[in-house]
This record gives sequence, structure tokens and C-alpha cells, in this order.
Amino acid sequence: MLTESEPHYRQPLLKTPFHERARALSQLDSFIPWSGYTTVDVFTSVEQEYFAVRNASSLYDLTPMVKYRIAGADALRFLNRLTTRDLGKLRPGRVAYTVWCNDEGHLIDDGTVFCLGPNEYRLCTAERQLDWLRASAIGFDVEIREVTEEIAALAVQGPTSCKLLKTAGVQGVERLKPFEHGAFAMPHSSGPPVSLLVSRTGFTGDLGYELWMSPADAEPVWDALMEVGRTRAVRPIGSRALNIARIEAGFLLPRLDFVSAAHTLYLGTERSPLELGLAWLVDFGKGHFTGRRALLAEAARGPRHQLVGLDVAGQKPAHNALLYTARSGRKEVGSVTSAAWSPTCKRNIALAMVDAACSTIGSTLWADIYLNRELVWERRMVAARVVERPFYAPARRRATPPADF
Amino acid sequence: MSAAGPRYDTIIVGGGHNGLVCAAYLARGGRSVLVLEAASQVGGAAVTREFAPGFKVSACAHLLHLMPPVLMRELDLETLGLKLAAADLPSTALGTDGAHLALGVDAPSALAAHSPADAAAYADWQALLSRLAAALHPVLSATPPRLGTEAWRDQAALLSLGWRLRRLGRSDLRELLRIGGMCVHDLLEDRFRLPLLKGALALDAVLGTNYGPRSPGTVLTLLYRAAAAPGAARLAQPLGGLGALSEALARSAVSAGAEVRTDAVVERILVREDRAAGVRLASGEEIASQTVVSSADPKTTFLRLLGCEHLDAGFVRRVSQLRSRGLTAKLHLALSQLPEFPGLTPAALRGRLLVAPSPDYIERAYNHAKYNEVSSAPMLEVTIPTLADPSLAPGGRHVMSVIVQYAPYVLAGAGGWPGQRQPFADLVIDTLARYAPGLGDCVISSELLAPPDIEREFRISGGHWHHAELALDQFFMVRPVPGATQYRSPLPGLFLCGAGCHPGGGVMGLAGRNAAQALIREAA
Repeated sequence: MLTESEPHYRQPLLKTPFHERARALSQLDSFIPWSGYTTVDVFTSVEQEYFAVRNASSLYDLTPMVKYRIAGADALRFLNRLTTRDLGKLRPGRVAYTVWCNDEGHLIDDGTVFCLGPNEYRLCTAERQLDWLRASAIGFDVEIREVTEEIAALAVQGPTSCKLLKTAGVQGVERLKPFEHGAFAMPHSSGPPVSLLVSRTGFTGDLGYELWMSPADAEPVWDALMEVGRTRAVRPIGSRALNIARIEAGFLLPRLDFVSAAHTLYLGTERSPLELGLAWLVDFGKGHFTGRRALLAEAARGPRHQLVGLDVAGQKPAHNALLYTARSGRKEVGSVTSAAWSPTCKRNIALAMVDAACSTIGSTLWADIYLNRELVWERRMVAARVVERPFYAPARRRATPPADF
Repeated sequence: MSAAGPRYDTIIVGGGHNGLVCAAYLARGGRSVLVLEAASQVGGAAVTREFAPGFKVSACAHLLHLMPPVLMRELDLETLGLKLAAADLPSTALGTDGAHLALGVDAPSALAAHSPADAAAYADWQALLSRLAAALHPVLSATPPRLGTEAWRDQAALLSLGWRLRRLGRSDLRELLRIGGMCVHDLLEDRFRLPLLKGALALDAVLGTNYGPRSPGTVLTLLYRAAAAPGAARLAQPLGGLGALSEALARSAVSAGAEVRTDAVVERILVREDRAAGVRLASGEEIASQTVVSSADPKTTFLRLLGCEHLDAGFVRRVSQLRSRGLTAKLHLALSQLPEFPGLTPAALRGRLLVAPSPDYIERAYNHAKYNEVSSAPMLEVTIPTLADPSLAPGGRHVMSVIVQYAPYVLAGAGGWPGQRQPFADLVIDTLARYAPGLGDCVISSELLAPPDIEREFRISGGHWHHAELALDQFFMVRPVPGATQYRSPLPGLFLCGAGCHPGGGVMGLAGRNAAQALIREAA
């Protein structure tokens, strides 16, 4: 939030409503910018934070997620023309993950659509989209308003997240099924209960929830969860730990795994949802949507690239590695977009964009990895097998009600 | 839709001259064609209608000079009853105190009396212009190529364009490249001295556009006008007004087997399985066809008749940002008698009279338009069609038809056009009265069509003659917008043939002809 005492040019990054709490717990003072806000990269250690996601509960401040309120008589028609999925099936109380493309069928962004009521929706996106949303609204009776600053958001993710919320007094949260949302109340010590919108969504591939609230309620909610979580190994986490979890879950991150067609400068660096393994989100049968004709043509001739999961030999993450068909490294077929050692799978995993011809599950590629050993660089050509994604998908992420701990 | 499939191969939305030309060619090509015209008579903006009891006028376009003779021959217009009341009409730049300047076929000799230097420069310029026009004319009468495609037709068209330009020779090509992007004001300053001559030439460059003489792109529009009618500009007036041309075009289409329905307002272009499948009329009637060709302007076609939900968002944005607001008004005067223009010969009076005393006069007139005001001293193109065609008015009476610039689509100030229509009409009459002192007393009745009126009457979004501004970024290969070039549209089965397409409007008919040829090729 901008304050009067400090002009905006002295604080070019906004602070989220959780900022003071996060700063107090940040041992490394490691902050990074995200959509115009400053957010925590690492609180204490990436590993500790990661294991909070997989073994207990984590709190992650996702207020910078860009949010739009989309309402009006044509809101559904607008969203169906904007995005590739058939949102006509999305009932109030449900959330859908979807993507949208430009006219050429190239991906602009992905995000979630919350159906809040008949013809009232919230669109959560990684990047700002107002220009494209406005262009898409020409000819539609729809009102689009960015509400990012009006809504604080906190992800509560991990196997004990449901229990944590219940213990904090969020009654009935265990009945939420994946991709459902609902209105809940959370009691707290210093006033009347806080009203929350809770959705069973997340970016970790684990059991988890996202809490959406008024910025004024952000600190009481944080305090209440940290209080009941004191004996439950709850940790606030930063973006680095989340990144490992999302790679394990096989989720894509804009700017890393694809560049939005709204930002690409070089021809040929755009990617389509078919290339990104998101064909399941593209509903050709629902009627026209932006990019449909281009995507049909692409589907007919076959995508040029394909996003794949890789199981890389050794333990060193194949960050940015170029990929080859053979150890000789003569024929280059793509590169790694995201890589991590997966502590849970005990595998060296990566997401990579490769030529479509090399994307068959089970085929072997070779990754060119550079290692810095005390400033002595080593180059290793290691085998990387194309494997199914996600790398990690525990059954608990779908179980309703979730297990009690 | 019956089991036997639609009754028509092609439905053409709009019976303006381009729609009719397209229909005539398609019908000759063996298609079953239905033309649907919203008005009670065909013609669109090339129409003759009554504006005061007993007085008729060509309501929008009022002269015929851009339609290529080859088109008129191919469509047998003469056989089908098109007669010219007058041809090779002269133009006269009106000067103060009867010092007028005759332009046209014998312009150099007339000019020599005023300025021998300008007479020579004018002859040079006309010669250059006709060489450039001859080289550029084929560009207008063919489908523009697309860049970066593998299609042989595109590559051949680009090669042929390059070859034609190269054949101009070093000196003409250099001059074309030098002046092509200039404003007409600078070009005229380079070549001529007489303000009256420069004003008249500048008028031709900016007529029907959103430009003043100092606007970039105005040499392009001048070249465009010359290229559309290579050789000397053959200004002609059809007997019975421009409506007679449209009726001849309709007869040409019908004689080739097309059907033409008037009072048929198309409300919606129907889409089935992502293909144009016909149209729905305002009456609710649905008519199926394999293809739909729209001669309506791009905004009307895509945003209103088809609907944004059938189009990609980026394309819709481009269409909605198309510059298509008219700056040109039309004034019709019913005259009790022929007003006297001191200093004008009877022959000159039958032609085109230009009120554009200098490029600066036009630029000043244009200044107002930038701020959504009407010109306080407007630029005028005047004809008195009843001199050659007395049938347009009761015996002994006359009609004056005036093209007026500049008259913005949106007017600043309270009331907008309803409050300013009559004062502006009076202003135009006063402006003309400087050259014809008794004009005011001759006026029985007047009608002013401002751009919003043109939009309403002729169903042209924005009321622009050319449907879309003639500007480099809306020209040739990118006209009207990328994604809808080559007479195609993003929706399979939907095509364009109106003035919004290459090469533009101005009762030329080439958009309709090119579109028909592209469609016939597509099917082949």
C-alpha cells in the first residue's frame, strides 16, 4: 500500500497487507518483486519451507496475483470467447483453470476463473491483462475492473492445511471439493469473525486452500493461523520453495516455461496451449473463442514444439540446459525451462520445451549441464528421459474430506 | 435449409454500386446470386432521389469519373440504358471578381494567360501524373498480394508491381519515391505559383478524406485519384444522375441471372459450424447461401452484422479502430432559376466549380475539423446537374449539388448537428454567394447531409465515402485491416466487396469487380 509519508517513487514496489508480518519472520531479508509488489523469496531456508508444503502446512502470500472482477449480462459469453474452456459448465461456487490466446492461437496467460454468481466472475492471472480484456470486451456487455489491491490472498497448502483451518475455526472447510470455493468465517481474538472466501485451489499439487479476504483482515487471519499452527510446524514460505513444489506438480510459470504472446518480441518464441501440453483445456466444440481457427489449423498440422517432463540422471538440476538427441551433442532439440531436485520424489526433475518429434514418453534426450565447483566449471552431458507429468501427485490432494491429523 | 442445400450460391449484402458490380460479375461467372438492399432503390451512395418536391439529385456521389471504361464495357452498361448527360466536364477554380481559372483538357492554354511558368509546370505535372497513373492503375484493378506467403499468386503480383514501377524509368521512379510520402501542399509549392491552381489541385487530393493539404499522405490520395482514372480525368454526369448508373448495374446483374431485392434489411449474417451460412433479415426471414459477400463497410459487416463473438479479439480491435469517420458533407439546393456566376462561361458552368482559392484556405478550413468544429470558410465542389439534365428539376428550375468540407462527424458544442445544420447550410450558401451574388434569392429549398446523416441514409458507419480512411496504414495490402484483406474475412464463407476494401470507394466499382474475381478464383 502506498503511504502518504513516502511518495511512490521512493517505494516503487507496493507492500502487501501481509508485508509487516512477513518481514518480521524473514530471517534472510530476501525479497523479490512480483507484479509490482515486494514479496518474500526465502524466509529461512528453501528446504525447510518446501517440507512445510509437503509434510505440514505452509502460508504463502499470493496477494500480487492479478485479480479482475468480470460482471454483466454478457460476462459468461465474454469469458467463453476469451478463454479456451467451456465456462458454461462452471457453476457458482466452482473454480476453473483455463488459458487464453491471441488471434494466432499463441498463449497469452493462464489463470483461474471463480464463478461468484450468475454472470459474476473473478479472473486471477499471473500478469496484468486489462488491455487484452478490454479488447476482448468490444461488443460485449461486460464490466471489467482490476481488484488486485482490494483483495488480500493467502495460500494455505500442505497435508495438514484442512486441519489447520478447522482448528482456526473455519467450520465446514473440509467439505470443499477440489476447485470449489465458498464463503466462510474465521474467528479471531481481537474482534468479530473475519469473512473469507476459501477456494480449494493451489499451486503446489498438494492438499491446500487459498484464502481471499479484505486487506484489513489480512493480519488477523495470518496471526490466527500462525497461532494455531505454532504446534503444527506451520511455516510461511517464499517463492523459491513454492517453485520446487510447482515443478513437482508440473505447473507452468509464465516467463519461465513460456513467454506470454503479449510480451514476445522475437517471432517464433510464442507457444500455443497445444505445445504446452494444455490441449485438454481447449474445447473446440463450445463455439468460437479467440485463437480457435488458428489452433484448429495447428492441431491439424501438429504442434511444432512440446512441453515435456524430464527425469534427469544425477542430482544436479539441469537449469537452462540445452537438450540434444545424442550424447555427441550435435543435434539440438530444445532446452530445459524449469529444473529442480525433487526432495519428495528423490528424482532430478525438469520441465523442457522440445521439438515435437522428440516428445514421446520414454525417449531419451541428453542434457548439457554446467556445474560450478568452486569456480571451476564442469560440463556434463547426462541422459534425460521423457516421463509423464506430474512428477508428484499425492492422492490427498483430491480426498474429500481430507484426512484429519 | 432444405435438403437440396441453399437456393443461392452467394448472397450480397448491400446493393450499392460495388455490391451490384460484384453481383454482375459473379452471375456472369455462373453463380446464383441474390443482392439484398436495405433501401427502396438500389445504388447505396450512388443514388438519385428527390430532396425537395420535384427536385432530384445524386444524393451522395454526384459525378462519375473513376469507374474504369473496361468495367462499364464488360457489364454492358451502355446497352442496358446508361446514357451520359455530359462527359469530359471541365473544372473551374473560382476566383474573386470573376477571375476564374479553367482547368481540364485545355488547361495549359488557359493557364498561360495567367502564368506561362505555371502553364509549363502544369503540362509537366499532368504528363508525369498520367505516366504514374498508367503504372499504378493495374494495382487498383487487382487483388493486392500478401507478404510472406508461399502462394504463387502473391509472389507474381509483387513481382509484377515491381516490374511496372521499374519500367517507369529511373527519373519517374525517383520522383514517385520522392513525392509518394509527401503532403500535397509541399508538392504544389515545389511546382506551381498560382494560388488558385494550387488550391484546385489540393482539393482533388483531400476531397472525401480526413486530410488538409499539409497532412501526410495527400500526394498518395492524389495519385490514387489519378490512378483510378488514368489519362485525363473524364468527369461525366449520367443522365438521370448517379442512380441511373446503379440501375444499369442492377440490370446488368439481373440480365446475367442475379436476383436483386430492395427493402431487404440484413440484420445478421448467419453462422453455422464456423462458416457463413446466409443472412437473417429484419423481417425475420432467413435466407441460406454458401457464401455471403458484404458490400457494407467493415465495421457494419463485422461488428454489427456478424457479431464479435464469431471473431478473434485482436481482429475485432483492429476493425473497431479503423478510422472511418467522414469529414465531408453534402448540400443540395433547389433553385428557382440559374444564379449568375460573373465571369463563368456557360460551358464552365456545366462542369465542376471549385471553391478552394489556395492550399492555405483549405488548410484553414481543415483546422476547424481537428477540433470538431465546422469550417468557417469551407472548401466546396459544386455542380449544377440540371444544366445537362433538365429532367432533375421542374421546367426552368435548377438543382445545385455541393460537396462541402470540412464537416466533422462529431460536433463540439451544444446541440451538435441538429442545432448547426441550418447555420452551416447558410454559411455554404453565403460562401457561394461571393461567386454568384444572387444565389441566396434563388434558393427555394435546401438539404444538408452531414456525416451522421450520410451514416444513417446510406448505412455507412461513420459516414465516410470510402468506408475507411485512405491512409497508408489502411491501404492496398492492409486494407481494410490485416486479417480481412484480399476480399476475405476470418470467417470462412464470408467475403467483402465494398469501398472498405482495396482500392476504396468513389463510384469506381473496382472493389466489387476484384472481389468477384477473387471469389471465382477461390472456387476454381
